[in-house]
Amino acid sequence: MTAPPGTLLSVRGLWKSFGTGGGWGRPARRVAAVADVSFDVPAGKTLALVGESGSGKSTIARLVLQLLRPDAGAVSFDGLDWLGLPRAELNRQRRKVGVVFQDPASSLNPRMTVEEIVSEPLLVHRIGTASERRERVVRLLAAVGLPAAALDKRPGEFSGGQRQRIGIARALATEPRFVVLDEPVSALDVSVRAQVLNLLLDLQEGTPSRPAYLFIGHDLGVVRAVAERTAVLYLGKVVEEGPTAELFAAPRHPYTALLLASQPGRRDGASLARRRVAGEPASAAALPPGCPFHPRCPSARPECRREEPTETVEPSGRRFRCFVPEASTGNFSPSST
Amino acid sequence: MGDADPPLLSVRGLSVAFPGPAGDVLAVEEVSFDVGRGEVVALVGESGSGKTLTGLALARLVPEPGRIAAGTVRFEGVDVGSLGERDLSRLRGGAIGYVFQEPSTALDPVRTIGSELVAVLRRHRGLGRREARAEALSWLRRVALPGAEERLRDLPHRMSGGMRQRAMLALALAGGPRLLVADEPTTALDVTIQAQVLGLLASLREELDLAVLLVTHDLGVVREVAGRALVMYAGHLVEEGPAEDVLAAPAHPYTRGLLASLPSGEDAAPGRRLPALEGSVPEPDARPPGCSFAPRCPDAFARCRTEAPGWYAVPGASGTRRAACFLREGDAP
Repeated sequence: MTAPPGTLLSVRGLWKSFGTGGGWGRPARRVAAVADVSFDVPAGKTLALVGESGSGKSTIARLVLQLLRPDAGAVSFDGLDWLGLPRAELNRQRRKVGVVFQDPASSLNPRMTVEEIVSEPLLVHRIGTASERRERVVRLLAAVGLPAAALDKRPGEFSGGQRQRIGIARALATEPRFVVLDEPVSALDVSVRAQVLNLLLDLQEGTPSRPAYLFIGHDLGVVRAVAERTAVLYLGKVVEEGPTAELFAAPRHPYTALLLASQPGRRDGASLARRRVAGEPASAAALPPGCPFHPRCPSARPECRREEPTETVEPSGRRFRCFVPEASTGNFSPSST
Repeated sequence: MGDADPPLLSVRGLSVAFPGPAGDVLAVEEVSFDVGRGEVVALVGESGSGKTLTGLALARLVPEPGRIAAGTVRFEGVDVGSLGERDLSRLRGGAIGYVFQEPSTALDPVRTIGSELVAVLRRHRGLGRREARAEALSWLRRVALPGAEERLRDLPHRMSGGMRQRAMLALALAGGPRLLVADEPTTALDVTIQAQVLGLLASLREELDLAVLLVTHDLGVVREVAGRALVMYAGHLVEEGPAEDVLAAPAHPYTRGLLASLPSGEDAAPGRRLPALEGSVPEPDARPPGCSFAPRCPDAFARCRTEAPGWYAVPGASGTRRAACFLREGDAP
């Protein structure tokens, strides 16, 4: 798998396992939270990582941000070997990367003023003079829809949606080329969610650095609104990846199909039938042999229980790991064609 | 709202107050609605709408220092406000069951699911120990808890979120409720598990002829299970009607804005802006005069900013359909 031209971030064969259990007479074990994950994020575009709890999506974010070291794999960013950079160079390069977390209440220091919060990355990277920094903060606040009067206030004085705007302003302060958005709207009210999603779309278009987004989420509706491409994760593996619209209109992996059928409000017969067979997900600590999805899969065959499917890549660039893929014509979901 | 056969639950003029620095603040204001036997009614709203407090107030469970400041709640014809502590505790977890968003906060962390169930069955159903044990197991099987027999001896932390929510449902149902108040019962669950738990709730509701008041922020969940929908905004009910009608043709500008801002809309596409409501829900102590939604409403006019709208009937196919909006004044049949 070679990265197509225009790729900003390229992840290949990423692995990360954690130790678990042990003590109290139980043997310690290694659990693979991320297993052989590969994807590309094109410059200025958005890739969504979608999955349920335990899928490894947040671990991938932390690996890409170098908040964790992977056990194996390669990450190239802007043509650099991102994992092999010497410490000083990595710190210099970090200004090209921003991050927005799910819960602005816990990711913003409550004792700092908005100006201190948003200008902190500028100080760390020694960007601008004091007055230039202040000017940039005012500009950033305006870009995220906050008045200059917010400068001297603290996070506690703002609503959840406004706090997330502050977090976005901070993430964009160094004019990054790449921003990790880890469930950025999941903690927000429905009516505020659309505002913040629109803001993220506008900023991608309107910020001079045209940041690419790695959007981590679980809400397929949200993902459909923001991401050109989507990778679906199940128990640490990318089970399907492709253009968002195609993937949702005609999923090839049965897990993607189950996610779509489970959307609340989907009451058509095919969706209800698919939901009925799906039990609880296995845990990454007790992976079944073969395909990790086979115990919940309506199309599972004997080989799925023995052998793990390798990746199939279609000419269109869609890829999936499944011996028995869904029909490619999209007969599953007539409503979304 | 016929008088001959009283509904299972009848709420009239319910207000919930919290003390504030400048006097009482009303978190719930003059809310009235009915729930019929076996009916599934969704109480929809965002954070700060007062939906959770409304659900809690039904069994007088409003947390301190809040209190019910006005209104009556009648359950099976009895004024809940007139009940003593003894009768109230019999009602809670008995005829009115509760299921909350996060089962781990509602389940005792050091008690097994089996012993919790046995306690409920003895207390609310008057069963002996042996009978209660047998029935506890049958409830865990009815909520399709995997490995029900071993689960009886399990502590809550040994189970997944989906399993805990099933256990919580078993606890609420074992008390023999006629009304189940389910407050965001699936919000903390993964989407594939949410679909299973909602499906389970629907089939048990039918089997037990149970009425459900489903408190939720998720319009998809409303579409999935509710027969009727009540929409709350900033402490007020603003719209009521058959869920299908409310979702297909919302009569209040708030409901309309909420539906439009859902990114699951059919024409959603990467990069396309969503129609968003401006602003956010006002805090209870900072609600504007007139209609609380007026500052965010694209259709507001002068009267909306000075006068609070009453109910207006909205023409519709079936059932009570009404909206608290001056724009609906002309719709009256």
